[in-house]
Amino acid sequence: MSSSPADDQFYREYILDHYKNPRNFGRLEHPDISHEEDNPLCGDVIGMDFRIKDGVIEEVRFHGRGCAISQASASLLTERLKGLPLDEAKKISKADVLGELGIDISPARIKCALLSLKVLKIGAYGLAGDDEDEE
Amino acid sequence: MIKTFDVAAIRKDFPIFETGIAYLDSANTSQRPRQVTGAMMDYFEKFNSNIHRAAYRIAEEATVRYEATREKVRDFINASSTREIIYTRGTTEAINLVAYSWGRKHIKKGDLIILTILDHHSNIVPWQILAASSGATIEYVDIDDRGELRLDQFHELLERSPKLVAFGQVSNALGTINPAKEMVAAAKLAGATVLVDGAQGAPHHGVDVRALGCDFYAFSGHKMLGPTGAGILYGRRELLEAMDPFMSGGDMIKTVRIEGTTYHELPWKFEAGTQAIAEVIGLGAAVDYLSALGMDAVRAHELEITDYAYEALSSIEGLTLYGPPPSRRAGVISFSLEGIHPHDLATIADRDQVCVRAGHHCAMPLMTRLGVAATARASFYVYTQKDEVDRLVGSIKEAQRIFK
Repeated sequence: MSSSPADDQFYREYILDHYKNPRNFGRLEHPDISHEEDNPLCGDVIGMDFRIKDGVIEEVRFHGRGCAISQASASLLTERLKGLPLDEAKKISKADVLGELGIDISPARIKCALLSLKVLKIGAYGLAGDDEDEE
Repeated sequence: MIKTFDVAAIRKDFPIFETGIAYLDSANTSQRPRQVTGAMMDYFEKFNSNIHRAAYRIAEEATVRYEATREKVRDFINASSTREIIYTRGTTEAINLVAYSWGRKHIKKGDLIILTILDHHSNIVPWQILAASSGATIEYVDIDDRGELRLDQFHELLERSPKLVAFGQVSNALGTINPAKEMVAAAKLAGATVLVDGAQGAPHHGVDVRALGCDFYAFSGHKMLGPTGAGILYGRRELLEAMDPFMSGGDMIKTVRIEGTTYHELPWKFEAGTQAIAEVIGLGAAVDYLSALGMDAVRAHELEITDYAYEALSSIEGLTLYGPPPSRRAGVISFSLEGIHPHDLATIADRDQVCVRAGHHCAMPLMTRLGVAATARASFYVYTQKDEVDRLVGSIKEAQRIFK
């Protein structure tokens, strides 16, 4: 409780940094893939635009509003996606995303952490992705 | 003079506070005193049996206690008869019952239904489904900048002769106390049938359905110290008599023959299948508890806490409060913090054992109207103490420190 912001075990410095200075935030003109999902728990929304060239994600941007966890998770995900073949992107798992966040996520917040992955999966596959309850 | 009560003494009836939590989410669901859980345990341990059926002593005892709640509730809301008191699982089921049994019979293509932008999803979705199937239209009364209903617009809409007007007595998201009596009177004058969603009304101030003049009044036990799974639909007798059953099956019948069935009389016509017996008994104990405190005292205590919290929260920099001033709101305060999402605040508050709600509060149309995705909400009840509000203020400051 009396910790300094830098050593908060949940709101770690890099998470707050991604929240306050999200990477790849905004929209793409004429995206090849564009998809949006909301978190029915809180009404938060995340959308992603992708430009694909020769099967590789050339550009990615995300938009929307949400808590620090959903925004940081989306920001971190876009960093990983840039330059990645779409087929590789499709293989990104929940464990990958949670691992990258690097914090203990409670069941109540897991949907926040995985919202951007859901957008990616549904956008990339063009269909409903696997549900977060699976693992 | 309004009688007052000793909050510290009240809290001794609620074992959950021994855990050390600051519970500021009573608009979501209240805590339950020993008197309520004890009444339910008595049933489970001393006369557990089914009601209305068996001819042995414990079943008679169960039936008597189950039915006793009906008279307690009748008295609590001043209905004319226990026949007008229908047990439901809660407000949602009560409103669905009316939408189904009354609505499908009376709402036709082209009819107008008036709701408000303050309404909870449970008073929106059943009417949307009814409108979609019947071809009726829905209009929503808007709010002004203070989160209070625009009565000018309400009166304009009434000129279009609505068939049904349904609104919440108190907004669960903003705490706004709507001028229900005035609204019911105007709607009745316009020829409408009127349903009042009392989910946030009945727990917080005295209700007199006859003085209110509404046709239907719905509320939940679990927001007023009772257990989940037991709520009430009040309906005017002649309306209920003319309605078809909602659920059908055992216990709601008079005779069943291969050629057809005749239904039980009110109120049992609407209570099919084995009911939530323990929960209804628990609800009766909750009504006893509140009646002993006195609803004027309940409201006075809430007002005191709400005043205190409103003042404390207003003084925090970067905090936006939604809704009307304390005198015109129930014990509910919705707010947002600059640069901090409500969910993050709730997570940080939770570390200090402060329970506060974050989200859209099942009022997404209202959130859209306010231009926010979510708010944080603190809500108070008979057991709320000022130090719980202080702890929330501490959590807010901690969140601001982390997110600075």
